[in-house]
Amino acid sequence: MVTVEGYRRENGHVGVRNHVAVLPVDDLSNAACRSVGAQVPATLPLPHAYGRLQYGEDLELHFRTLIGTGANPNVAAAIVVGIEPNWTARVAEGIAATGKPVEAFSIEGNGDLEVVRRASHAAQRLVQHASESRREIVELGELTVSIKCGESDTTTGLASCPTVGVVVDELVDAGATVLFGETPELTGGEHLIAARCSTDEVREQFMAAYRRYVEGIEANGADLLGSQPTQGNIAGGLSTIEEKALGNIEKTGTRSVLGVLQPAQAPNGDRGLYFMDSSSAAAEHITLMCAGGAVVHLFPTGQGNVVGHPVEPVIKLTANPATASTMVEHVDLDVSGLLRRELTLEQAGRRLSELVVRTANGRLTCAETLGHREFVLTRLYPSA
Amino acid sequence: MEHRFLIHRRGDHVGVAVVDIAAGERVVGIHMDDDSPVEVEAVDPVPLGHKIAVAAAGDGDEVLEYGTRIGLATGGFAPGAHVHTHNLRSARW
Repeated sequence: MVTVEGYRRENGHVGVRNHVAVLPVDDLSNAACRSVGAQVPATLPLPHAYGRLQYGEDLELHFRTLIGTGANPNVAAAIVVGIEPNWTARVAEGIAATGKPVEAFSIEGNGDLEVVRRASHAAQRLVQHASESRREIVELGELTVSIKCGESDTTTGLASCPTVGVVVDELVDAGATVLFGETPELTGGEHLIAARCSTDEVREQFMAAYRRYVEGIEANGADLLGSQPTQGNIAGGLSTIEEKALGNIEKTGTRSVLGVLQPAQAPNGDRGLYFMDSSSAAAEHITLMCAGGAVVHLFPTGQGNVVGHPVEPVIKLTANPATASTMVEHVDLDVSGLLRRELTLEQAGRRLSELVVRTANGRLTCAETLGHREFVLTRLYPSA
Repeated sequence: MEHRFLIHRRGDHVGVAVVDIAAGERVVGIHMDDDSPVEVEAVDPVPLGHKIAVAAAGDGDEVLEYGTRIGLATGGFAPGAHVHTHNLRSARW
């Protein structure tokens, strides 16, 4: 049995980082959150661009993403700051349901400076509280892991995505939960995912989510030629969305798909492999997966995507020898030996598994050392 | 001879160059499903990561990689050709 040293949170979920998040409910509260971060530098401010005059499912997604981010087991405690008290309380209460310490502040009637003063005192207390969290031995299978590739090329489908696929099967067999998504990027291979859905009901949900996403793109009159595959994908040799999708799907391994999640939704059924309806844009995708509870992300890249996330460490691997040498500071694992057939898929998988364990134990990823903290919220439609 | 490209499955029309291939070079590819080799003469230069044809396709034919359709040939191509957006298009959008 593989074990890692993780942080067991109040609700029993296991994290691998120990952040005190300072979470704005809306764009207007970013300045106060940044000021708290300046006063108490051990906190993690998470500024973002949205949260005003959203409504309906778009607003629900906003709340689900913020609450899920604060609730993520990589977060020890959270400060929530919003312009007004009602939505602020909603986010804070959502996070507090995990049992972790949360403090909420609203700006109207107080002003930034008073909120920063009070929130900074709270942040200091929470940072000291978090500093006494201790890592403990837990089973690898207690982790929730997410996967998505980016700036793919043909080397991702040949080598780095199959390497992730090997590890995904191992994780699922060990009892872990693994989240994948990228709804439009399954085009051409959606039948392969549909065939792996565990029940007819899951299959219908998956195909409904897939059709809804692609019909949404078509309803905008959009032609994805030039966007999907991206210019980087095409430079790397990928010619069509189908080819990109088939490479992408390699990383999902071979196990059954147990359920279909809404964006930013955490699975609450059996542990295993789940599909989350989500964009293929890297920072948006990882933000949604983190909100769904993922604590480590596996990211195969071909041409060299540099994405990171503030809460969820992103492990990058590439099989493109040019990328491995020109972008060495972004590459946690070089599996280009697979192309030269110097490395077997089993060996590559073992190296990645070892890196997952070391990262879970606290080793910083390339993206973490470089300060890549892309926190990007998904919008479904314009604000009112 | 050292392999210069890899083919996902037997029956695929294309393999992927794992080094830069020059026009006129005779190159060996390996099928990843059964380790069997195939040799073609490159008609075009094929950069690392780009596709080289191992089988001919006519205009409008389905093109297979991963044992699955990745699009339709436009104008057709011969073994050894560089296969990319100039002679392959999506069947989906």
